[in-house]
Amino acid sequence: MTLWFVFALMTVAAIFAVLWPLSRGSAASAGGGSEAAVYRDQLAEIDRDVAAGLIGPSEAEAARVEISRRLLAAADSKDDLPGQANLGLRRSSTVLALVGLPVAAVAFYLSLGSPQLGDFPLASRSRAPDVNQPIDNLIAQVEAHLDKNPTDGRGWSVLAPALVRLGRYDDAIRALRNSITYNGDSAERRSDLGEALTGSAGGVVTSQAKAEFERAAALNADEPKAGYFLGLAAEQDGRRTDAAAIWRAMLAKAPADAPWRPLVQAALVRVGGPAAPTLSNDAMAAAKDMNEADRGAMIRGMVDRLATRLKENGDDVEGWLRLVRAYMVMGERDKAVSALGDARQAVANDAERLRQLNEGLKNLGLDG
Amino acid sequence: MIAEAGHYALVLALALSLIQSTVPIAGARWGDAALMNVARSTALAQLLFVAVSCTALVMLHVSSDFSVANVFENSHSTKPLLYKITGVWGNHEGSMLLWVAILALFGGLVAAFGNNLPLSLRAHVLAVQGWIAAAFYLFILMTSNPFLRIATPPIEGRDLNPVLQDIGLAVHPPMLYLGYVGFSISFSFAVAALMEGRIDAAWARWVRPWTLVAWIFLTLGIAMGSYWAYYELGWGGWWFWDPVENASLMPWLAGTALLHSAVVMEKRNALKVWTILLSILTFSLSLLGTFLVRSGVLTSVHAFATDPTRGVFILLILCFFIGGSLTLYAWRASTLKQGGLFAPISREGALVLNNLFLTTACATVFVGTLYPLALEVLTGDKISVGAPFFNLTFGPLFVPLMMAMSFGPLLAWKRGDLLGAAQRLTAAGIAALVAIAVAYAWTYGGSTFAPLAIGLAIFVIAGAMCDLAERTALFRAPFATAMQRARGLPRATWGTAFAHAGVGVALIGIVCETTWNSEYIGTLKPNEVARVAGYELKLDGVTQRQGPNYREMIAQFTVRLDGEKLSVMTPSKRNFTTRGSSTTEAALLTRGASQLYISLGESTNEGAVAVRIYHKPLVLLIWWGPVLMAFGGMLSLSDRRLRVGAPKPAKASRALQAAE
Repeated sequence: MTLWFVFALMTVAAIFAVLWPLSRGSAASAGGGSEAAVYRDQLAEIDRDVAAGLIGPSEAEAARVEISRRLLAAADSKDDLPGQANLGLRRSSTVLALVGLPVAAVAFYLSLGSPQLGDFPLASRSRAPDVNQPIDNLIAQVEAHLDKNPTDGRGWSVLAPALVRLGRYDDAIRALRNSITYNGDSAERRSDLGEALTGSAGGVVTSQAKAEFERAAALNADEPKAGYFLGLAAEQDGRRTDAAAIWRAMLAKAPADAPWRPLVQAALVRVGGPAAPTLSNDAMAAAKDMNEADRGAMIRGMVDRLATRLKENGDDVEGWLRLVRAYMVMGERDKAVSALGDARQAVANDAERLRQLNEGLKNLGLDG
Repeated sequence: MIAEAGHYALVLALALSLIQSTVPIAGARWGDAALMNVARSTALAQLLFVAVSCTALVMLHVSSDFSVANVFENSHSTKPLLYKITGVWGNHEGSMLLWVAILALFGGLVAAFGNNLPLSLRAHVLAVQGWIAAAFYLFILMTSNPFLRIATPPIEGRDLNPVLQDIGLAVHPPMLYLGYVGFSISFSFAVAALMEGRIDAAWARWVRPWTLVAWIFLTLGIAMGSYWAYYELGWGGWWFWDPVENASLMPWLAGTALLHSAVVMEKRNALKVWTILLSILTFSLSLLGTFLVRSGVLTSVHAFATDPTRGVFILLILCFFIGGSLTLYAWRASTLKQGGLFAPISREGALVLNNLFLTTACATVFVGTLYPLALEVLTGDKISVGAPFFNLTFGPLFVPLMMAMSFGPLLAWKRGDLLGAAQRLTAAGIAALVAIAVAYAWTYGGSTFAPLAIGLAIFVIAGAMCDLAERTALFRAPFATAMQRARGLPRATWGTAFAHAGVGVALIGIVCETTWNSEYIGTLKPNEVARVAGYELKLDGVTQRQGPNYREMIAQFTVRLDGEKLSVMTPSKRNFTTRGSSTTEAALLTRGASQLYISLGESTNEGAVAVRIYHKPLVLLIWWGPVLMAFGGMLSLSDRRLRVGAPKPAKASRALQAAE
């Protein structure tokens, strides 16, 4: 209510400003300077200048002549209308002030203003955390805390993922750098930093981001995030086979229940080629130097290990496909078909996996 | 409630400005004094409401009320109080509010002190002010409203751009706006004269002081902005021919021309129509400056095209006022009475020459600023017109202007004696030649132009002194008489001398800084020494410190000259967490008018810091010059005598020189 009272007072003041001169009427009509007055002042000024010795008598005389000429001209053209009251105009101005002004002001204000909102000065607001507060406020509080205690490594590591989720990548990058400074280096933090850098570049793995992932991979070769993004970097560079190799290696080494498996598999499908069985780099290097028999034994050993693992845990569609393909490559079609049967059985009660399996089989040309 | 009261006050100011822009004109048309007087009370009430609105916004910023979008976006609770207040005009919305507040202030001043103006002239002037005000109130309320609210207020604001958190930027925008908007008064007077169809003596008497006020503030505002760029941006440059700077330089050049033609008009009743045109052009350039800076068209033409609301609105305002006033001028100027006549060689003639050069200089800046924009709009090519263009066009125009500057004040009104003036400037000429010889000998083998430019500057300064010596008869009459005459001289004469000398002083600074500047750029490790212009600067060490809303890296340098310790300089680099950006705080060591300048770059992992160290000889003169000009302007403003330019009679023997 106070607000509307203040508004009313202000409106009255504005209306008064318009009505006041109108009410004074013709009493105020006098006033205002005239041209002749200026010239008369100028003549007086010349007299003063001469008295002060600033101009010589001859210049003064010339100036007097000029000004007098202008004064006469001004007096001649003085045909000003005497101030006359125009009642009609005054009445319409009064109406304009009394009705038009408040209506226009209120209408304009209501379409723009928020009269229902009170003040929220900082001092009156509680700074205690509140479950109902939006995440922005909580983050702001953590940030304020960290501004004062910038060496609180735990704070930075809590803040960073929240910032990433909000898309505030630049702040997240800073938070992650601080986290690395105060919590120590680790593969996870490095690859988180790389991810934030990628995010701030709109999803492009920049060379800066790639450097972070490489550092993460150096710290822990099995860090999945680093592996995934290094593959992505290769893909974005147009080196699709390298990307596929990186991802295949990841899948080969990864536990079957790793949550990121589907993501990497999807990426692998994207760069072309099914998720074929692959050997780790070390194994490949070893295999190169072996003779035919040894190599065959090594491959057989690996395939057997895979088959045993799948018997224990049949959820791994990728593994099944690899196994089937391996048998095909080794020319053991019957084993391949039996593995296929085992696979169908293992994933039968999971529609999604079954679909993946069938798709994979189609790609292998072993539809059936 | 504060926010909403401020918002409503702004709406009321809009309503009042609409009444102010219509009712008084009707009153003047039908000769009703009461209706004409409405202009006065509404102008004052408008000032009151805008003041309420501004106060409200300042209070919101001070109390960190983040429910107001403008406060949220540009403030932070840990910001020092001073920057909470100056942050009000450190952003687009707030600065536009300051713009209209100053407009209302000038309108209010005309209303309050315009008693000696003819009633209908005052009504017209205030009505034109009302139009400008209404257009800008609408612009603020529709596109840049500082009072918009956020229903669920965030707990913390986004902070002000760190480079703006500086005392220089606290003072610079109000000064600049007082200058820009001050020219609206001469614009309103010009349009009022065109509407009335006559220019009387009262008109001339009023326009010059208002122009002078605006010019003083604009001069100081530009100098302040230049000094801010010099010490805050960390590059040691003081003028970049940047479009934003040009936007303020153009009204200054046109305003300087207007100031001089208004003198002719006031004293000699001549150059009336030209003065009117200059008034219109000067304010048009102020509006153009506002458009360039506020529409975002400079950042990128394409960014402007994607969110054109603000830009298009200002462009419409621009077209309406510039187009409208020029059309009015084309239509009505012929009905105005032409003023007095004068010989080509006369004080009037010299001032016309001044106007010619200043407007041409203004036109070159205009072309250099707008051509790249136009080209980008038309062809999409991005070019930048930089210092070489301006040095080649602007420089040659200023050389003859400064030569003529010394002669002007020595010529008599109406018909002058060039030879006589030249004789009286002999001393100045000799001083200039000596200066050239000394500068050339001192810097033997260096730049050829620099000593010549120094000579020109000395000529201008000595010319201003010659003028004073001549008027006081310093070497012709006994010393006591000369002193007495000096006291009796109008303050306006002193003002002219100071302002002209200020131009020379600034020129010396510019030449010295650009020609004999020496620098050291490199990385320093602690305890390493850099040598610049005979100074030895040793990096003592680098420390970290926590400020109110930033962290800073401070480097400490010990400065020695000839092995003797002079001082300690502490440049720093501040990191503002909220905006994630940093500023360089250059350290300045002033030695006379010269300065040593250190700014820090990035620090490397090995504890070394990249530093830029400059020695800038006589650099401070660049800003002392404008301060001197503004001081001259103030002296002239304080002189409330009537101004009469006594003409030199046709066949009079050489008597006492006219005082002014």
